[in-house]
Amino acid sequence: MIGVELVKLARRPRSWVSILLLCALPTLVAVFVAVTHLAPPPGQGPALLSAVLSSGALFPAAALAIVLPVFLPVAVAVVAGDSIAGEAGSGTLRYLLARPVGRTRLLVAKLVALVVYTLAAVALVTGTAYLTGIMLFGAQPVAATPSGLTTSNLAAGATTLSGTAMSPTEIALRTLGAVSFIVVSMLGVGAIALFLSTVTDSALGAALGALAALVTSEVLVTLNAASAVDPYLPTRYWLAWIDFFREPIVWRNIERGFAVQGVYVVVFLGAAWAHFATKDITS
Amino acid sequence: MIVTRALTKRYGRLLVVDQVDLDVREGDRYGFLGPNGSGKTTVVRMLLGLVYATSGEITVMGRPVPKRVSEVLPSIGSLVEGPSAYGHLSGRANLALIDAAGKAGSRRTRRRRIGTALERVGLAGVDSRPVKRLGLAAALLRSPRLLILDEPTNGLDPQGIREIRDLLAELNAAGTTVFMSSHQLAEVEQLCTRVGIVDRGRLVKQDDLAAMRAPTGRAIVRTPDPDRAVAVLDGQVDHRDADRLLVADADTAAINARLVAAGVRVSEITAERRSLEDVVLSVTGTGSDHFGGPGPVPRTESRGTS
Repeated sequence: MIGVELVKLARRPRSWVSILLLCALPTLVAVFVAVTHLAPPPGQGPALLSAVLSSGALFPAAALAIVLPVFLPVAVAVVAGDSIAGEAGSGTLRYLLARPVGRTRLLVAKLVALVVYTLAAVALVTGTAYLTGIMLFGAQPVAATPSGLTTSNLAAGATTLSGTAMSPTEIALRTLGAVSFIVVSMLGVGAIALFLSTVTDSALGAALGALAALVTSEVLVTLNAASAVDPYLPTRYWLAWIDFFREPIVWRNIERGFAVQGVYVVVFLGAAWAHFATKDITS
Repeated sequence: MIVTRALTKRYGRLLVVDQVDLDVREGDRYGFLGPNGSGKTTVVRMLLGLVYATSGEITVMGRPVPKRVSEVLPSIGSLVEGPSAYGHLSGRANLALIDAAGKAGSRRTRRRRIGTALERVGLAGVDSRPVKRLGLAAALLRSPRLLILDEPTNGLDPQGIREIRDLLAELNAAGTTVFMSSHQLAEVEQLCTRVGIVDRGRLVKQDDLAAMRAPTGRAIVRTPDPDRAVAVLDGQVDHRDADRLLVADADTAAINARLVAAGVRVSEITAERRSLEDVVLSVTGTGSDHFGGPGPVPRTESRGTS
């Protein structure tokens, strides 16, 4: 069944169009920055973008920061929200279950397809961003500092007062860490959308529901009055992966981010399973 | 093949299926007849384990449903409330996906299975996606022992209905039990050997079609000399409608002999049988105005077929 779901995912034009768009946005940003040499000053605009002008090797991380706030969660929520509700809406769910495909099996297969999609999206964004980065900005060595990345005062890989020069391998490793953190964060969104997908027969409703949860979370994160729930909000630690590019790596928020997303994934997947396994299929 | 006991389904306070005791035997062509909204589809869904019963028991091929439904589903082909397909894929690709889902059937013979199924429903070599037949092809993929079909001919043209009827009769002759729901009397009357009539969630009658349509004990006589015939038959004529007489005597041969002996010409004489429509009307009472008789296909239940 997992194979069937992967085939469905791969043969669906939407999967590729959405990934293409995800890759296109950072490329567009990169072209603008490269042509004008006007990177946003540090602390403004998408994270890390300020440092990109000096080294293209940083662009994958910057690209992830560009797609993370909106584009990537939208894509993940659409795919996850479609998983069960889409089958219900098109009337194919009842035939799958009558094949028979066990309900738990179907849900697991949908989840695997979702993970594969998220991984593919993030990996392809990272990959294209690396290529664009190197092509447009070159691959000068980069230093990581406690406050983030810098290339100032860097002379051919020497250490600076505040930073250590990073080898390409190290950048790759840190990017890998960031990628896995982002994938897990996206799975948190995906789990919420998947749960809603078992509740409603409308794929759109499920996707929008998950996005509504994210928007709510984003609003509350910025609200001091909501500081009591702040550590438990799904988007609270979304940007913690930037800490992978500090020297030394600041693990505190990364760990918390993993933990929070883990709880969301477990709770909502559990709810999705409990609901789907006992539900009357009337679609 | 299918036995239910006191099968009941409530949605909230709405009683959709009420104490239904189905009994479908092996080899039957069972027509599950009822107006739209009488709970047919809900029963079909419960038989397939899609909807869970509020109370009552279901046994399909000796296995309790939904507890062990996964053991019997591989030998069941089903069509529920219209077929459906993935819009962005071809008919063959759709069948391949459906075939690959679930356990039964090896990968190597898939192409052949799909070819056979398409051929059976008359779709071999057709590129467009006549969805109804595609759904039936999907139901036939595994050469099922039991077909559970919800309104299988809804939305087909007369030619298509005839082909499907022939196909079902052929499959049945080869040993497949057919359980089909329908709101069309004519369809059930032409195809089925056994009929269950459902009305507002209750199974109001279930019997062999032959038994339902057993002779009523009266004879229908057509004659060009109705006045003389009435005189000869002397008080046995229940009803007269121009040249058509309804005689309260089952022995058509004896009636014929009496009339001919008296010199009355007889153009037709036959035992009266109840039509399925009569049976349905007698058991469903006044609420049966949805039953259209053998008229044109009502379009109301065709959602999901496009």
